[in-house]
Amino acid sequence: MSVFGLNDVSVRFGGRRRSVEALRGVDLVIEEHERWGIVGESGSGKTTLLKLLAGLEAPTSGSLTFFDAALDLRRRETMAKLRSSVQMVFQDPRGSLDPRMTIADIVAEPLRSPLLRGRGDVPRDRAARVDEVLEAVGLDRSAKSLYPHEFSGGQRQRIALARALAPRPKILLADEPVSALDVSVRAHVLNLVNDLVDSMGLTLVMVTHDLAVVRHTCDHVGVLRHGQLVEVGATGEVMDHPRQAYTKELINAVARLDV
Amino acid sequence: MSVLRVRDLTVSFGRRHLVAVDQVSLDIEPGQRLGLVGASGSGKTVLASTIIGLLPDNAHVDGSVTFDGQELTTLPDREFSAIRGKDLTMVFQEPMTALDPTMRVGRQAAELVALHSESSQGTTRQLVVDVFDRVGLDQASRIVDAYPHELSGGQRQRVIIAMALINRPSLVICDEPTTALDATVQAKVLRLLDEELASVDAACLFISHDLGLVASLCSDVAVIHAGRIVERGRTEQVFHHPSHPYTAGLVATASIDKVRPGERLPVIEDFFDPSTVDSAPPSESTNRPHRRIRRSR
Repeated sequence: MSVFGLNDVSVRFGGRRRSVEALRGVDLVIEEHERWGIVGESGSGKTTLLKLLAGLEAPTSGSLTFFDAALDLRRRETMAKLRSSVQMVFQDPRGSLDPRMTIADIVAEPLRSPLLRGRGDVPRDRAARVDEVLEAVGLDRSAKSLYPHEFSGGQRQRIALARALAPRPKILLADEPVSALDVSVRAHVLNLVNDLVDSMGLTLVMVTHDLAVVRHTCDHVGVLRHGQLVEVGATGEVMDHPRQAYTKELINAVARLDV
Repeated sequence: MSVLRVRDLTVSFGRRHLVAVDQVSLDIEPGQRLGLVGASGSGKTVLASTIIGLLPDNAHVDGSVTFDGQELTTLPDREFSAIRGKDLTMVFQEPMTALDPTMRVGRQAAELVALHSESSQGTTRQLVVDVFDRVGLDQASRIVDAYPHELSGGQRQRVIIAMALINRPSLVICDEPTTALDATVQAKVLRLLDEELASVDAACLFISHDLGLVASLCSDVAVIHAGRIVERGRTEQVFHHPSHPYTAGLVATASIDKVRPGERLPVIEDFFDPSTVDSAPPSESTNRPHRRIRRSR
């Protein structure tokens, strides 16, 4: 069963006079347990695509399905299903954690969502679940009473991951999860994402401009340029035999250590 | 003679003397490019700010920094201003905040020329247009009249590079000049920096946490950890045969493409136990606590 299906989806921003087409005629099918990397430059529509999948943006034209059912932002029932099974990790862990909440409150917050009530498998004991996910992301229990500013960038991204995983989502969306982190911390967070996606059987959609990260983490890749999906395929295939000149350019732009 | 000579430089902050840069010594020869790599909070940016004389007031500086034979740490502001922007310049990380949003970019560049030379206004404009043209800004004569917000990130960073090179400096400090840019734009800006540094024959201190960038631009590299230089040498030598375990860890974590997809990535702690450095004998001149400054980035 496919998790997401996009059929000729376009997203346009702005009024009648000046409008920008962020996505143009995108077709994409994401199956369960696949790991997708969406790559492209700033302004290519990566984040818009992710917002579409998170139900934060509606297509201007075309259709979007979620577990083979049409997704309509105005219909409460379909949205409840989406909201209760999709979680997101953002690029900047400083901006995505409320500075006035303790870590325990931040991680427990998604568990309080009324949209989760329809689901049978939601953890009942919130405090126990918070302990569980903090342990899963490798943070000490003493972190619970602290505030976000008391953590480093890498630790904050772990907290954001713990929050995303607390309600046992089926799908994890990640918007440049490691690009705000430096190289030495990046490996930790990527290992963690890989382990968690494996052990929890998640479907992953990750937006990034770093092809090395995609090659390591994702089994499928989609290349966006000016809102169009110009190349889609298995990661190894696309990276070793890119069909589009643009994909080649992206691959060659990666600075390598071998001089 | 070295362009830059840093000797036993220690920089600490505040009343508690939190040490950010710890007994650092390094030299840069004319035209040489030295990469400085290390994690966030390792002291890279503090070292750069010390060299260019832009430390905040609560900083304490010990040791010496000489530039073209002149001691900088004790140089009065007025005299420092004559060097900064002319012979010693800097490319900042954030192209949005490094430019004045209320001033046309051409005027900002012209100001640098006017401050350090006697040239007339007419010739200055032509010089700015020429330099903008050289750094690959299309329609340079139009872009000089643009405000920073009208330019893309890549264009702004080209303006910053043009400003750093316009007075033909002998040393340019680049602090993570391309981290705010896309991969493809980054590659272009880097190529440009490479060519332009060569064309004015400027030396460069290139600060980055991206080892790949340093490998592609710098002949030499120094690795900084917790405020100390732990290793220094030719770039190929250091990256291919690291002698310090911290460098080995850094190289391994940066080489994602060497790991089979899906397998666990190596982390620095596999190679190096951070507690071993902190327990190293402290310098005899001080008995203040050696602590890494926690920087929020």
